[in-house]
Amino acid sequence: MIRVCDLQKNFGELQVLKGIDIHVEKGEVMVVIGPSGSGKSTFLRCLNLLEQPTSGEIYFQEVSITSKNNNIDMQRQKMGMVFQGFNLFPHMTILENITFSPIKVKKLSKESAEKLAFELLNKVGLQDKANSYPSQLSGGQKQRIAIVRALAMKPDVMLFDEPTSALDPEMVGEVLEVMKELAKEGMTMVVVTHEMGFAKEVGSRVIFMDNGYIVEDGTPEEVFNNPTNERTKEFLAKVL
Amino acid sequence: MDFSFLSEYYMFFINGAKFTLIIAFFTVFLGVIVGTIFALMKISRNVILNMIASTYVEIIRGTPLLVQLYIIFYGLPYVGLELPDMVAGILALSINSSAYVAEIIRGGINAIDKGQMEAARSLGMSYNRAMISIIIPQAIKNIIPALGNEFIVIIKESSIVSVIGIHELSYNADTVRGNIFKPFEPLLVSAFIYFIMTFTLSKFMKRIEERMNISD
Repeated sequence: MIRVCDLQKNFGELQVLKGIDIHVEKGEVMVVIGPSGSGKSTFLRCLNLLEQPTSGEIYFQEVSITSKNNNIDMQRQKMGMVFQGFNLFPHMTILENITFSPIKVKKLSKESAEKLAFELLNKVGLQDKANSYPSQLSGGQKQRIAIVRALAMKPDVMLFDEPTSALDPEMVGEVLEVMKELAKEGMTMVVVTHEMGFAKEVGSRVIFMDNGYIVEDGTPEEVFNNPTNERTKEFLAKVL
Repeated sequence: MDFSFLSEYYMFFINGAKFTLIIAFFTVFLGVIVGTIFALMKISRNVILNMIASTYVEIIRGTPLLVQLYIIFYGLPYVGLELPDMVAGILALSINSSAYVAEIIRGGINAIDKGQMEAARSLGMSYNRAMISIIIPQAIKNIIPALGNEFIVIIKESSIVSVIGIHELSYNADTVRGNIFKPFEPLLVSAFIYFIMTFTLSKFMKRIEERMNISD
């Protein structure tokens, strides 16, 4: 689904990604873990070109999205993204937040966009919030709406950038629950997170990044129980 | 103090105020349009547009309005462009105001959290679509109060076009001073009229701000 070849990213002098090669397969739930500053968020943000790679190539569904004449807007419709800070549009109601892009970008009719929105809202138990504004919601509710908003585009893959890091502890569960549900339905997911429990339980593949490299790549059992790399062992010893 | 001259000269003040309002209206209108264009140029990623807009804003903000007014009024005829006084006055004020408006709008747009643009783009929106539908509607809330301030400044600063002989409020107040040989009272009257205009405007802007905050 997503193939990354020798991806490098510099911010000025600082080299954040030093050559990433990975292939995200369809239906995979890839969880990316690692210490802060290891480049995992930058890696994720390169996948839909929110960060422009310095060098290397990224293919999404066999199309190079890093080639010069590619129009990324088309692929982004197929790549949902959920941010740490929710980033709901504060001047729109929840329903408008969800239906705006399906209507304006995908040219869906208002009726079918709203029908889909309510189906998704039902799934996350927030159908009664359709006419509220984001400021009236709790953090956990906002993040569930952000997930719904991304899903309303019917993406082929979902990217999660530390989706629970900005939440109060008691709200983490409700968001992870929605993500778990999504994984069960077979959605391809790439999740950057500090939730090791989620990585173990839901992840089908865990990647450990350190200092701009992928140093560990395997099933949750392999990575958590038998890490081969020293840095991975050190990191896991601290967080588990 | 003696204000009995008003019974004879009140039309001078009323007509002057009318001119002031007309000048201010067109200045605000043109200033906002031109200012918006320069603001968009300044935030665009096109280096050339960027440089043009930055240079424009720096030059306009770095030179006195009076000098700009004279340059347009006396300078344009040199290049064969004879404008009616009123048009020259409005043009100078608009150019001056547009630089400040550009900064106000740029600031308002930059104040919007970067995540808003990222979220919009990640949903497949083009840069322009995201700007128009997501960023600018939010930025307007930041911009309105500062823009209201700028409108008030324009009403007051428009008095400067009296130096090129436009019969606005300050000019007419001066005329009355000369006619009745009283240097002080006509000034008070004009100050009072300016204050009524700016105070009304500032109340009006407050209303709009409150109206906009309801959706929060």
